[in-house]
Amino acid sequence: MSPSEQIIPHGHVLRYTLKERLTHWVAAGAYIYLLMTGLAFWSPWLFWVAVILGGAPLSRMLHPWAGLIFFAAVWNMYVMWAPQMKHTDVDKKWWKAVRYYSTNQDDKMPPAGRYNAGQKFLFWGFFWSAVALLASGVVLWFPERIPWNLRSLRYISVIVHPAAALFTIGLFLIHIYMGVFAERGAFGSVIRGDVSIAFAKRYHPGWYKEIVGDSSTPRK
Amino acid sequence: MSQEILRIQKISGHAGTVPGEDTQREYKVSKLIDTTTCIGCKACEVACMEWNDLPFGETVFNNTYQTMPETRWNYWNLILFNEHEREDGTLMWLMRKNQCMHCAEPGCLAACPADGAIVQYTNGIVDFQQANCIGCGYCITGCPFDIPKMNPKTNRVFKCTLCTDRVSEGLEPACIKSCPTGCLHFGSKDDMKFLAEGRAKQLRDHSNFPNAGVYDPPGVGGTGVIYVLHDATRPELYGGLPKDPRIPWTVKLWKGPLKWLGNVAMVGGLIGLFVHYLRFGPKDRKDEDIHPGGEKS
Ligand code: HEM
Ligand code: SF4
Ligand code: SF4
Repeated sequence: MSPSEQIIPHGHVLRYTLKERLTHWVAAGAYIYLLMTGLAFWSPWLFWVAVILGGAPLSRMLHPWAGLIFFAAVWNMYVMWAPQMKHTDVDKKWWKAVRYYSTNQDDKMPPAGRYNAGQKFLFWGFFWSAVALLASGVVLWFPERIPWNLRSLRYISVIVHPAAALFTIGLFLIHIYMGVFAERGAFGSVIRGDVSIAFAKRYHPGWYKEIVGDSSTPRK
Repeated sequence: MSQEILRIQKISGHAGTVPGEDTQREYKVSKLIDTTTCIGCKACEVACMEWNDLPFGETVFNNTYQTMPETRWNYWNLILFNEHEREDGTLMWLMRKNQCMHCAEPGCLAACPADGAIVQYTNGIVDFQQANCIGCGYCITGCPFDIPKMNPKTNRVFKCTLCTDRVSEGLEPACIKSCPTGCLHFGSKDDMKFLAEGRAKQLRDHSNFPNAGVYDPPGVGGTGVIYVLHDATRPELYGGLPKDPRIPWTVKLWKGPLKWLGNVAMVGGLIGLFVHYLRFGPKDRKDEDIHPGGEKS
């Protein structure tokens, strides 16, 4: 990621390239549609959501296609980010100190790199859930094509699909909470691409060191 | 068996209780199929096509009588043939009229997410309402008898209606009317059960079928279609009739505990995060000026 690709305002550093941001929002848009239509079929009390989104048959028709878009975007994230999401020793320490993180005592946290251990967990959680959702979703897409003697595939999928979806909903809620409410500045990073130097230093000191170098003065 | 047929007893994907539930009771109806007197003439198939205006599909030939392998979205009633070799080496034709069983506890209905796409009338008939169907095919997964079939053009699911339209006018289903040997009967479940048990006893006592019995599987609460079989201990011989059909346990888990757990977790999660925000608030403080736009570093 070269900072020169984009114009960064004074006192800021680039966190997400345009490609990364686009991928994020394709995944997010598809996910929110999948979430709304999926929940409509999950509970009779939410069936009206599908009606509002153009009718339940349409939602049923488009949900799997949105799933394919979602999976493509997640796959793209995997290609872009998987090397940065490797579990490190710092991450072990991070998990041990996670209670300080969740009580806003960030000064007591080990220095995170571009991603802290929680963000890595979120990434891998979403990635493996997306794989499970795709596999079970394809079975749910064409139940009538599954031969009778392979019906256990259908029986497994009706559990795996909603269970994986529920797991991602948990991740999703925390993700939104952190990105929008708790860690102000994070939301802007995925819109405009940059974060303030203070943000980088505070939440991702390892990463900050990496991009500015140990010796140099912060890029102005 | 009057207009009361239109009173609903169970309904799929409905938020809330069944409208008008249990304000009036009715006899459960039932179809009795005596496989021991079926001659495989397929008159019932023709009657079903005629009454329900279904087209005849393409047939296959593989040296058996089974010229159509299974029911289709527009072919609801099919005789399944089995050339069964008995222990003494003699051959026996086993023929079974296959169609929706109208389960008392229908797996199709339990699985269906669409409001009112599947209903069970108070007389026990399970009926698909295509106008409300969204084409998800969950019913296919819920049914232990492989009955609901999807129309690939309209993405709507169809199956035997037990001639709801005829029954509501006090008539018997079309297939019953056509049977030349009288192996098909229609009436209240109690009467059909009585008739079937009598016939099974006759087979045991007088016809050297010691295992003869009635197929009315308790795993799905009993069915609105019951069979008399020469050998009730081996229903699989009759075109793969399941021995102990049940709603798949994963379907029950999915529509039962998983639903409740999931709902509690989602609502609990939302409340938890809200309370966390009230207690701890955002990580940065205004005075630290850490969010974008802040210049201080
Ligand atoms: C990755 C590719 C995906 C495919 C191919 C797929 C496909 C399907 C299909 C065919 C169904 C059956 C009914 C319907 O269409 O709504 C379904 C249900 C559902 N999907 Fe997906 N889906 C995918 C991803 C997702 C994601 C990311 C979510 C996240 C929220 C999700 C949540 C749900 C839920 C909650 C249901 C309803 C389950 C129930 O009825 O209990 N799906 N999916
Ligand atoms: S046989 Fe299948 S389609 Fe018919 S009522 Fe039972 S579960 Fe439903
Ligand atoms: S396909 Fe089956 S389960 Fe889905 S809405 Fe239609 S009747 Fe209900």
